[in-house]
Amino acid sequence: MVLIYIDQADQQIKKSTQEALSYGAAIAKQLGTTAEALLLGNVSDNLTALGNYGVTKVHHINNVQLNTFDAKVNATVVAHAVKKLNATVVVFAHNINGKALAPAVAVKLEAGIVTGASSLPDTTNGFVVTKTVFSGKAFAAIQIETPIKVISLNQNSFGIHAQETTAIVEILDIPVPAPSIKITSVDKIVGEIPLTEATLVVSGGRGLKGPENWGILLDLAKSLGASTACSRPVSDADWRPHHEHVGQTGIQIAPNLYIAIGISGAIQHLAGVNRSKTIVVINKDPEAPFFKAADYGVVGDAFEIVPALTAAILKSKASA
Amino acid sequence: MKILVCISKTPDTTAKIAFVEGNTKFDENGVQWIINPYDEWYSLVKAIELKEKDPTTIIHLVTVGGADTEPIIRKALALGGDEAIRVNSISNDSFSVAASIAQVAKEGAYDLIFTGKETIDYNSSCIGSMVSAMLDLPFVSLATHLELNGTTATLKREIEGGEETCEAILPIVVSCQKGMAEQRIPNMRGIMAARTKPLKVIEPTSIAATTTIKTFELPLAKTGVKLIDADKMDELVKLLKEEAKVI
Ligand SMILES: Cc1cc2nc3c(=O)[nH]c(=O)nc-3n(C[C@H](O)[C@H](O)[C@H](O)COP(=O)(O)OP(=O)(O)OC[C@H]3O[C@@H](n4cnc5c(N)ncnc54)[C@H](O)[C@@H]3O)c2cc1C
Ligand SMILES: Nc1ncnc2c1ncn2[C@@H]1O[C@H](COP(=O)(O)O)[C@@H](O)[C@H]1O
Repeated sequence: MVLIYIDQADQQIKKSTQEALSYGAAIAKQLGTTAEALLLGNVSDNLTALGNYGVTKVHHINNVQLNTFDAKVNATVVAHAVKKLNATVVVFAHNINGKALAPAVAVKLEAGIVTGASSLPDTTNGFVVTKTVFSGKAFAAIQIETPIKVISLNQNSFGIHAQETTAIVEILDIPVPAPSIKITSVDKIVGEIPLTEATLVVSGGRGLKGPENWGILLDLAKSLGASTACSRPVSDADWRPHHEHVGQTGIQIAPNLYIAIGISGAIQHLAGVNRSKTIVVINKDPEAPFFKAADYGVVGDAFEIVPALTAAILKSKASA
Repeated sequence: MKILVCISKTPDTTAKIAFVEGNTKFDENGVQWIINPYDEWYSLVKAIELKEKDPTTIIHLVTVGGADTEPIIRKALALGGDEAIRVNSISNDSFSVAASIAQVAKEGAYDLIFTGKETIDYNSSCIGSMVSAMLDLPFVSLATHLELNGTTATLKREIEGGEETCEAILPIVVSCQKGMAEQRIPNMRGIMAARTKPLKVIEPTSIAATTTIKTFELPLAKTGVKLIDADKMDELVKLLKEEAKVI
């Protein structure tokens, strides 16, 4: 059986879970087995509807302590559940909690793990998972040698596959150890889609000259319903908040659309965004290295192009 | 206070990525090696900052690797740290690397174990989580801030779309990222001092690898950028809608 971990925050299932469920279900199909899901804590979502993503059962450990994330506690509980349910493949989203949890679960199960998987495993001869390495500049095919396999899936790399089916929900009784950390506060930017979950991203670099010029970028993002990002010098100079910094040392993202405005396209920047499906580059320098990594490019002054692009988007939306 | 800082060696961020021997090995030809930026900029400097506040603090560095990691570990010692331990093992298997670090950590009885967020070559982000499980310690991942008050640590960690503040009683394992500390450059005195700091080499307890890298592959090159005139933004929108189908 393939068991998929449901990640939640604020008692809501994260979007990345839908993709992990779809991926786990596809692995199960490939192996001729079933896909089931594991939920720790309580959520407001309808659990039977998770069947839409291909799982037949949702195992629910409904202990309120598990509503908040504690890597040590969650790893103990998940590993216990995997053993109790006899799962042979365990799938996580390679998101913030998945990164903290999956390797610890692998240790407790003495299982081999591949983090950041980019496609379905090859199970024709052994169990080989392909993942991105060198910050998106290459792939590695890695064989897992152990009886139990743990995989975490890179976000936005498999897609969400849904159809109308329902899952059975079963309560699972697993002892929950005492908390190992105490969460004292949570500070979230309200109303914004977290960058790692965004499908559309508009990003600005030093070419925008100063924080006072970000209005045109924000207008473009608003017209698309996109999240905003920036290059490292921009966040280092405090023109934009640090959580917007993408790249090798910042956040790595893989949206469907990445629009880079006034960003030169240094290799360390590309490392954070080169898995984006479509890249649009707006830069006044036709020699800017970013154009080599782009699908669409506009050479010219961002201060003229960006408002024109926003207007074109609004016009196209109005006529749709 | 005793701190263990995990140091890994990675290719320079601008290194050309290529593979040899039928795409089974990373081509090290001409590659410059550096301390993994997260280890150098954030976890090591954070440990140094804690030692500056409390000079009785002892900092040990650990690396799992062959003799070729020694220049890297000397460079780390030049930034700070009292002594280094190299576990003489070459492995790409996170499980084995973590087991070697856990072995060192157990013996040293550290209050804090720092790792970087991930290595910039294999991007596993496994070691911190694994070491915490092997030692049965709390794990705070992707930390951006840490303060100590006796044996209580107050940390901030990244969550989707924000930050969470938590408290934990030492000993704990922490993976560090941007925000934790400010990057530093080693000075001449540090470089001189590093030459005589102890660098101990120990052998790993043998552990079977749980994973093996079969092959590497480079992504397909982009077919080439389509340039759109600056005064034809309607056309760009049309392409994004109808060709790329992303909006
Ligand atoms: C170890 C290491 C890690 C790093 N990690 C990161 C990282 O995670 N993320 C990151 O972003 N960087 C990172 N960097 C820094 C990186 O190397 C670059 O310095 C940085 O990305 C450059 O930012 P930029 O493109 O905004 O600025 P610049 O390189 O200054 O580029 C500005 C661009 O704007 C264009 N421009 C100027 N005016 C206009 C205009 N009016 N209209 C349109 N275009 C205009 C210019 O032609 C130029 O291409 C790292 C560096 C190192 C050494
Ligand atoms: N060979 C190694 N020796 C010592 N520390 C390591 C090694 N590999 C990884 N680490 C540490 O673990 C962190 C995460 O690495 P990884 O899990 O491999 O992405 C790194 O930033 C280092 O702090």
